[in-house]
Amino acid sequence: MKTNDLILQTVSKVILFLIVLFSLYMFFAGHYHPGGGFVGGLMTSGAIVLMLLAYDIKTVTTILPVDYKKMIAVGLLFAAGTAAGGLLFGVPFLTHAFTYVDLPLLGKTSLHTAVLFDTGVYLVVIGVTMTIIQTIGESE
Amino acid sequence: MNSLIILPILIPLLTGIILIFFSKNIPVQKLISVISSLLMVLSALYLAVAVYQDGIQTMNLSNWEAPFGITLVSDMLSALLVLTTSVIALACLLYSFRSIGKERESFFYYPVFFFLVLGINGAFTTGDIFNLFVFFEVMLMASYVLLVLGGTKIQLRETIKYILVNVISSALFVIAVAYLYSVVGTLNMAHISERISQIGQPGIVTVIAVFFLLVFGIKGAIFPLYFWLPGSYYAPPAPVMAMFGALLTKVGVYSITRTYTLFFYHDTGYTHGLLEILSIFTIIVGVIGAIAYSDVKKIIIYNVIVAVGVILFGVATLTEESLAGSVFYLIHDMIIKAALFLLIGIIVKITGTSSIKKMGGLIHQYPALAWTFFIAALALAGIPPLSGFAGKVLIVRSGLESGNYWGAGIVLLSSLFVLFSVMKIFINVFWGSPRAYRQQEPVPAKWLLAAPAVLTAFAVLYGLGTEALYPIISLAAETLSNPEIYINAVLKE
Repeated sequence: MKTNDLILQTVSKVILFLIVLFSLYMFFAGHYHPGGGFVGGLMTSGAIVLMLLAYDIKTVTTILPVDYKKMIAVGLLFAAGTAAGGLLFGVPFLTHAFTYVDLPLLGKTSLHTAVLFDTGVYLVVIGVTMTIIQTIGESE
Repeated sequence: MNSLIILPILIPLLTGIILIFFSKNIPVQKLISVISSLLMVLSALYLAVAVYQDGIQTMNLSNWEAPFGITLVSDMLSALLVLTTSVIALACLLYSFRSIGKERESFFYYPVFFFLVLGINGAFTTGDIFNLFVFFEVMLMASYVLLVLGGTKIQLRETIKYILVNVISSALFVIAVAYLYSVVGTLNMAHISERISQIGQPGIVTVIAVFFLLVFGIKGAIFPLYFWLPGSYYAPPAPVMAMFGALLTKVGVYSITRTYTLFFYHDTGYTHGLLEILSIFTIIVGVIGAIAYSDVKKIIIYNVIVAVGVILFGVATLTEESLAGSVFYLIHDMIIKAALFLLIGIIVKITGTSSIKKMGGLIHQYPALAWTFFIAALALAGIPPLSGFAGKVLIVRSGLESGNYWGAGIVLLSSLFVLFSVMKIFINVFWGSPRAYRQQEPVPAKWLLAAPAVLTAFAVLYGLGTEALYPIISLAAETLSNPEIYINAVLKE
């Protein structure tokens, strides 16, 4: 019998945006509030997993044509690059820089290279989670 | 600010990451990995020279002052171990090119190889006990992958055992760090040492010392925690086996050496007495295994256990001379075990079996292989002037001086049995009448022999240059026997 997932698919479409927004919020809040790259990445991959549940692997790879193994490598490059970047400025490994910038809409904003490191963590977490889930899902 | 200390950790990290992008392009992978492991050897060499000339090198990561941030500390011991690791990694890498096979190569063999080196170099360099745990995990996860990669039945079975044992010991490590942290309230190794000497090692610290011995004993395979090692090291292909046999257990041995000379040196009667008894039993168990088997891999694997026992016996004696002997023997053993495992790999590849009863007469077809193995075997047993001699002499002499005649006698006797076990391989495999071996494809024996031959040459030079190397080794032993040097270098008081 062919099942019809109309309700699940429609609800997922709406919920998906909320989850991704919340995960991005968690990611950017990490410096001052609970959150950060790890939980943000997990939640974003949670959103992708919801897509996988509502649709199938083929559809999801068409929507998001991402090689998650490469994503892990890109994330690691972000983290290692941010950490090693300090060496170029004559300070020890992993030393971060910090500044306040006046942006047009957002006003006085703090910019910290730790965000770049966190971006690396975010990408690695998504990459690892999705690699695990997709590999298990695809294997017979 | 000297960024030299981070390079042996940073180079394999970046290489591993970059290699992920080229996972299907094997020639590019090989090129990148050779270049970066050469760079790693060079940077490790520079680091060792810098440590020899200017004393202990430290780097406070993130620019946080010493007890608050993570400090990387490179004293002579860790600089030498990082250098040895880099050289062995280069040799195993070159050996892998012709032996590991396309299937493994296209499934992230080289990236994971570099992550393994990253974990080992990091574990040797770190000055923070929890960071040591993290580098242990980096190393272990890479070793799980290398052990299981290929997916043959024996690999799957042994990987399950290996992971199970190591997950338990890692959990114990976390618990041990938690106990230590609740007593001393710091994680920086120099600061821990200072705090312990302030409170003078009460009973709870001795308990934690034994706990650490349990944890690192599982990693480093001491008696009675060695049970997982013979099976696990039997499963993977030769270059991986060489990396494991030469480096992984030595990280455990290094950690025992570090903690037992830096932290727990106030109540040596109990802790070091225990270590001494366990190390002697480790030697006995290893020797029994080495003699009992007629399987080339098993014989060398049990010799790893013997060497762990010998090194730890020197650490347990805890004089400057015995520590120098242990450092000498540690580096010798890393080089020679890598060489022997790689040679065994060639023999198994040629004959298609690992049982010495089914081999014979290889010296007629492969004389270079035979004589390299012969020299490596003599070096392993410690025949002067080869590399195993100086370390064992120092360990035995300081054992005798401290009145431990039984222990020193067993260390001496063990050499005899080790020699017997490897000569058993030599006589059965290389002498006798040649036999016909069925080979699916020709073995590139000449190419494969290059890496272990260079390592054996290093072992010979290491033995011949004992006199020249002694000041360097004794510098390492001096830091081990005087924790103040280490503490002052890190906390800069």
